Amino acid sequence: MIEGILIGLTTALTFQNILMVMVGCFFGTIIGMLPGLGPMTAIALMIPITYGFDPATGLILMAGVYYGAVFGGSTSSILLNAPGVPGTVATSFDGYPMAQQGKAGKALAIAAWSSFAGGTLSAIYLLFMAPSLSKVSLSFRSPDYFALMILGLTAIAAFSSKGQFLKAMMMVVLGLMLASVGQDSLSDITRFTFNNMNLTDGISFVLVVMATFAMSEALTIILKRNDPTSAAKQVSLTELGSIKINKEERTKMYKTIPRSSVIGFLIGVLPGAGATIASFLAYGMERNVVSDEEKEKFGKGSVNGLSAPETANNAACSGSFVPMLTLGIPGSGTTAVMLGALLGFGVQPGPRLYMTNPEIFWSIIMSMYIGMVILLILNLPLIPYIARILAVPKNYLIPLILFFSVTGIYVMSFNNFDIYLMIGIAVVATFLRLYDFPMPPLILAFVLGGLMEENLRRSLLLSNGSWEFLWDRTLTACILVTTILIVVWHIYKTFKKKN
Amino acid sequence: MNINTTKIISLLFFIFSAFYLYTAYQIQVFAFDENAPFNARTFPIYLGYAGLFFSGLKLILPDPNNIKVDHKNLEYKKTGILILIAIIYGATILKVGYFLTTSLFLFASYYFLGERRWILMFLLSFPFVAAFMYLLHGILDIYLRDPFLQSIGVMG
Repeated sequence: MIEGILIGLTTALTFQNILMVMVGCFFGTIIGMLPGLGPMTAIALMIPITYGFDPATGLILMAGVYYGAVFGGSTSSILLNAPGVPGTVATSFDGYPMAQQGKAGKALAIAAWSSFAGGTLSAIYLLFMAPSLSKVSLSFRSPDYFALMILGLTAIAAFSSKGQFLKAMMMVVLGLMLASVGQDSLSDITRFTFNNMNLTDGISFVLVVMATFAMSEALTIILKRNDPTSAAKQVSLTELGSIKINKEERTKMYKTIPRSSVIGFLIGVLPGAGATIASFLAYGMERNVVSDEEKEKFGKGSVNGLSAPETANNAACSGSFVPMLTLGIPGSGTTAVMLGALLGFGVQPGPRLYMTNPEIFWSIIMSMYIGMVILLILNLPLIPYIARILAVPKNYLIPLILFFSVTGIYVMSFNNFDIYLMIGIAVVATFLRLYDFPMPPLILAFVLGGLMEENLRRSLLLSNGSWEFLWDRTLTACILVTTILIVVWHIYKTFKKKN
Repeated sequence: MNINTTKIISLLFFIFSAFYLYTAYQIQVFAFDENAPFNARTFPIYLGYAGLFFSGLKLILPDPNNIKVDHKNLEYKKTGILILIAIIYGATILKVGYFLTTSLFLFASYYFLGERRWILMFLLSFPFVAAFMYLLHGILDIYLRDPFLQSIGVMG
């Protein structure tokens, strides 16, 4: 293995390859910041360019773009509450409030360091556990995935403080209902389309997330402009751009990062689960393990609340390479695009890649890590300048947020209907937010809706309609017991607090 | 039972769930799939009942955290105008084209939000959109439909 690492390092550390990582990180960050253009699009855009290079250099460029785009997505989540990809939605829960308090630079720095640490730890896990974990990931069956989705949805417990549990559950159901619009994945029967062709393919994630987060945030700011209770705090540019993380905050991160990286990596290894579930689960778990005092800060700019999803998100990105490199199974959309690129280079990922093309196997792993190091070196000095986006007067910032939201949808569909639908959902979301209905559970449910139905379908069909599949397999039962324990623990803590 | 806006929203959600459930039962499935353990209407039916259950509970149970919104301080007029501009933007973007509609949308939004620095408003609309368009269309090769620019020969 040491020999392999050295081969990877020798390949990755050439002048040309370091330059490629830097270019990739830079462009990835810019593309990732644009709504609707996530890591998958960024990598897809790079494929034609990479064919001019040898496989290792091409993949190194893509790794740089990938990490850059993930960081760019976190930046728009933190600064504008506009997560362009599902994996960075949880980042906005505490990142955006922190930015609103004048700590945008700090929030971006915490996100950057957490991503880096999550990536570092997961690269270590990847080095030592990739072959054995690929076997574990294959042992997951539909009932286990269904149970995992349920566990993911219990993360809503994290948003159900102050008597919000029922509101959060209503939002979960609404998110699942929105996800059910369009063609049924197996039978192709259309549902809830009301003979409207525009709804046949369902509602896109970017549309829902832009409507419920970015657009409704912009409308809420305008709506509450004269509200004395929500008057924006005036902050100096120095304060806004400060990236200094104090000792207390570092201590919190030291505790959060290891546990979130483990959750992120393990979830990332499972095909189809990916960074979204990982970041939500890490956020929910973190909220359950911190002190009561810290718990109160969740959703209002908690360091733990920001660090956990960012760590898990990046760890899951590395984890998703396990099934791709060792089994040839892409665990996410992004790795599917990378798999396509690998095949284009004439490289067949799978158990034999390790033996037939060790320089590619190891240079991918090493370049991913080097990509993260370069990203940190490049982006940390830029944070004070990026954070100044928030210093743009609201009269300009609000129309620009609306413009980015509409452009994100327009570029995807070239369809007026989608723009109207987005405005409609944004208006409803703004009204719901006024009355404290939380939006994160809606987004989580919307993302998981399709997967959840698919796995429930398979489980019920295999068990002839019997719900026994929930306890037939030890793994399923264990996940469900964990879910029940989390809910019971949450209810117990709430009850104890009331008394 | 104390009636407040949260309860009214819950009632609306209850009605919506009932409608959703009714529509779920109307989903046409294939004849051979009718009695299958899982078909296209199974999951939506569960969701409909779940919606009725949770909104029903919210309606019945007391609300310890009654949210009060002071409507006098809310800027309904400006928000309404902004939504209207966004709808007009959405309605014209395909026919007129990305560049002109987006620039006008930004310019009008700045104006209605109270901005009067004309030069800055101009710079942050027309040239800004042109630069952004160049990034998407020119550099990233993302297609942007623009009949207006095509008609004056700027775009191929």
